[in-house]
Amino acid sequence: MENLQALLTEGKQAVAEADSVKALDDVRVQYLGKKGHLTQLLKGLGKLSAEERPAAGAKINEAKDELAGVLNARKDELERAALEQKLASETVDVTLPGRGQALGGLHPVTKTLERIEAFFGSIGYSIAEGPEIEDDYHNFEALNIPAHHPARAMHDTFYFDAHRLLRTHTSPVQVRTMESQQPPIRIICPGRVYRCDYDQTHSPMFHQVEGLLIDKEISFADLKGTLEQFLREFFEEDVKVRFRPSYFPFTEPSIEVDIDRGDGKWLEVLGCGMVHPKVLEMSGIDPEEYTGFAFGMGVERFAMLRYGVDDLRLFFENDLRFLGQFR
Amino acid sequence: MKFSEHWLRELVQPEIDTQGLVDQLSLSGLEVDAVEPVAGRFSGVVVGEILSAEQHPNADKLRVCTVSDGSEEYQVVCGAPNARAGIRVPFAKVGAVLPGDFKIKKAKLRQVESFGMLCAEDELGLSDDHGGLMELAADAPVGTDLREYLKLDDQIIDVDLTPNRGDCLSLAGMAREVGVLNRVPVADIPCEPVAPQIDDQIQATLKAPQGCPRYLARVIRNINPGVATPLWMQEKLRRSGIRAIDPVVDVTNYVLLELGQPMHAFDLNKLEGGIQVRMAQQDEELTLLDGQSVKLNADTLVIADDRKAVAMAGIMGGEDSSVSSETRDILLESAFFAPLAIAGRARSYGLHTDSSHRFERGVDWQLQRRAMERATALLLDIVGGQPGPITEAVADEHLPTRETVRLRHDKVTSMLALELPAAEIEGILTRLGLTLEPAGERKWRVTVPSYRFDISLEVDLIEEIARVYGYNNLPVRTPNAELPIPPIAEAKVGLTRLRSHLIARGYQEAITYSFIEAGLSRQFDDVHEPMALANPISAEMAVMRTTLWPGLAKALQYNQHRQQPRVRLFEIGQRFVPTAEGLEQQNVVAGVVSGSRHPEGWNGGNDKVDFFDIKGDVESLLGLGSCAGEFTFVAEPHVALHPGQSAAIRRGGKTVGYIGALHPSLHKSLDLTGPVFLFEIALDAVVDGRVARFSELSKFPESRRDLAVLVSTDTHFAQLREVVEEHAGEYLKQVTLFDVYQGQGIEPGRKSLALGLTWQHPSRTLNDEEINSAVSAVVSALSEKLGAALRD
Repeated sequence: MENLQALLTEGKQAVAEADSVKALDDVRVQYLGKKGHLTQLLKGLGKLSAEERPAAGAKINEAKDELAGVLNARKDELERAALEQKLASETVDVTLPGRGQALGGLHPVTKTLERIEAFFGSIGYSIAEGPEIEDDYHNFEALNIPAHHPARAMHDTFYFDAHRLLRTHTSPVQVRTMESQQPPIRIICPGRVYRCDYDQTHSPMFHQVEGLLIDKEISFADLKGTLEQFLREFFEEDVKVRFRPSYFPFTEPSIEVDIDRGDGKWLEVLGCGMVHPKVLEMSGIDPEEYTGFAFGMGVERFAMLRYGVDDLRLFFENDLRFLGQFR
Repeated sequence: MKFSEHWLRELVQPEIDTQGLVDQLSLSGLEVDAVEPVAGRFSGVVVGEILSAEQHPNADKLRVCTVSDGSEEYQVVCGAPNARAGIRVPFAKVGAVLPGDFKIKKAKLRQVESFGMLCAEDELGLSDDHGGLMELAADAPVGTDLREYLKLDDQIIDVDLTPNRGDCLSLAGMAREVGVLNRVPVADIPCEPVAPQIDDQIQATLKAPQGCPRYLARVIRNINPGVATPLWMQEKLRRSGIRAIDPVVDVTNYVLLELGQPMHAFDLNKLEGGIQVRMAQQDEELTLLDGQSVKLNADTLVIADDRKAVAMAGIMGGEDSSVSSETRDILLESAFFAPLAIAGRARSYGLHTDSSHRFERGVDWQLQRRAMERATALLLDIVGGQPGPITEAVADEHLPTRETVRLRHDKVTSMLALELPAAEIEGILTRLGLTLEPAGERKWRVTVPSYRFDISLEVDLIEEIARVYGYNNLPVRTPNAELPIPPIAEAKVGLTRLRSHLIARGYQEAITYSFIEAGLSRQFDDVHEPMALANPISAEMAVMRTTLWPGLAKALQYNQHRQQPRVRLFEIGQRFVPTAEGLEQQNVVAGVVSGSRHPEGWNGGNDKVDFFDIKGDVESLLGLGSCAGEFTFVAEPHVALHPGQSAAIRRGGKTVGYIGALHPSLHKSLDLTGPVFLFEIALDAVVDGRVARFSELSKFPESRRDLAVLVSTDTHFAQLREVVEEHAGEYLKQVTLFDVYQGQGIEPGRKSLALGLTWQHPSRTLNDEEINSAVSAVVSALSEKLGAALRD
């Protein structure tokens, strides 16, 4: 049995010296395997008397357990070290840029359009669209602007021939809606419009959102309230708003709306008015029963004011350095 | 319309300052565009008289003048060519300050002392004229402060009038409006009849009475053409932006500004016989006052004598019959031309005059006689002469009628959401010159004055009430409305989603012009003849795009030329395609991609994009509506695309778009760098999707077999897939292509495609024999139909 103690000590020494899980496994086999040194001792028990056998067996098993315990502890230790080493080797520089597509972005005009649509959409206006190449009737006649009306000079129109033109406003969409639908009508008409004019403040193509609400008992006060709220919410500022009489053939009374964003300067931002009874009649709506208001705004103008852009032409150059600023 | 504030205040005296007046006008609908002082800021300038002017001893171009300020004499050196003894001129004395804070000091010019400066108009900020000294009237009171003498403490107010307010295109009209707004009286402009001194009359015939229902003419003989227009009139004209020309023209312009009646003066001796107001004969010729010769259209109203047209009625006079410095006898015209007879005509000849501007908008049709009397009186004062009696030709049945309009108090209340007292309504309308009679309970019958062409309906009256009451004083509320739930089609892909999707895949939205250059259009689309604008702004913006590609390619070019190597743009917009059935205005989504696959980085991704990158983007876009399987890509040439990398995108057999590499020749002509890929798809095809429909999940395992087959290089994968799908049995779930190889180990002209086939049965496990027989069926069909062989 002195041999047992020596084997155990030797085994523990071997465990301590094992420097890998593999080496440790070899130690296990060498001492605890079927043919291992300690297992062999158990096999030698047969030479002992029946009285000595249990005590000697217990001692050997104790020694086996002790060695197994040391061995497992060493194994855990080695595995932990191996894991740590593996993790250390897998460390990355988390500040390196990620891979894949960079984010694109919306055009500021669309961004502004979507914002305007969201405000009016939230109070029940639906979006109506129409053709950009229009006929004279829908762009002018049906809006109470007969041929030779001086107001036509306010619209520098692109023509194709005597009847077809590029719409100068999105009002023809309102006309088309009124022709096909009875009130109540609540629509906004976003889209491209065209005027024959080009400089820092005029583009031959720009975007408008026009709105139309027709119902019973709609008054001038409703128009004022709707637009005042819209302007404050759009700019997210307590802008001052004033209403100025103006003239559009398709509204009566007609109004231009100015805002003051705190610098004491009035800026014109919108045109609007109560829908002219002739316009209602021409589209088959009884002006005695229904009244309504219409408004129109230039989207680029709103985008310029909102984002501080100072040259209208930038919107159509599609310079990525410009567009990227609105991500 | 520009006018002097002073002039206005001669007619109406509201107790408000300039700013108050300007704000009030703007807020009543007469928008003030600008307010400018009539002269620069200066002081210490008086009316001086040049007593003598001698040649400067040391300078050819200078003169040494002796100038009087009424009490003392000063030596002043002056370089103006018109400096001469006897004239009265602005004299800036030592100590004076001229515009630009220019202080006048005692000076020495070429050894001669000078005490002050004689001024030209530009030096006082009166005009840009630097032609010489400003010559004042011979009776200008020497020594008087110039600001006081010329009434220079005055503003020019520029009002941008809307086309409905022709009634305000005169001082009288403006004053009327200011009187209404301030509740103050307005002075009458004297228009008393002038007694004829001679009997001469000229016959006037209305041959187109719809266009000209009233024509007044008066002969004035023996005027003195040598007289200058008085300074007060010149100044008023100047402050309205009209240059003084000669007394006769100046008086007609003055009356136009004062009363709003455009007038014309003919040289009586250049007319032959009587006056006829008639329509022009087609191509009749007339040389206008501005020297240009025009061929008249038959829709143009003219004033003619017995021989020929002598003026374009209401627009511009003719040169031949115009007043000159020799004119002794004149014929004055004061007429009413109907707005519809004038509207658009001036513009059709490229003209726009103060006269046509007013007639188009409507001139008071009861003003002509008053204007004639006023002009006659002014002329007699200035140029003398003997007036004849007024000839008036009138066609009453063609004159406008004074409209009567019904006004209901209830309508006013509901439209404005405010119950105004009846007296307030009556007060406002009466002050505006309308007359009201009761017409039942809470109703009036309102008669409109002859100077308002913009009031014919009840709403027009309500606008007047609201305008004068003040838009900003009216109540504010938000609409009350029913709240029906609107339809929202789930099967439609929203544009916001579509845009976000492309943005997430690295695309930047662009907006390009809808009109492009004709040549570029042909390069990108040789099938459709684009719609051409009749009046394009430039050749670059001349025809309507039939595809969004030219605009996007130009945007790509713009960015490449600005050192942007990687460009991914998309645009959603209309294309305008003429077809046999008519013009199609179709919304499309289009894109252009160039540069590296991913943004330049440290770990790969720097490869250039290829066809399959953009195809992947397009496929993901087409998948948004859950109908990806309905789309096919078919090799098809397109004029703008590389013939080997070009595909039509089809849905249900119909071509809905194209995708491919930009054609190398276009690539070159647009001066682009690196590979460029394009796509364009009809928006409807992308957004029309379907609502999801659940199908039972199988609880049984899938079986997969991989096959590598060799086919000819010109066999398309789509052909392979079609055969596989047809022959792999009904439980085939999926076909995946996981490798394409061509090169070493493969016979030239052949390629290897590796396919993964997956089967699954809904209610049991498929056994090996079933799978094997499906595989053999596929293999033999591939071999038979496409000559495919299994790769060893």
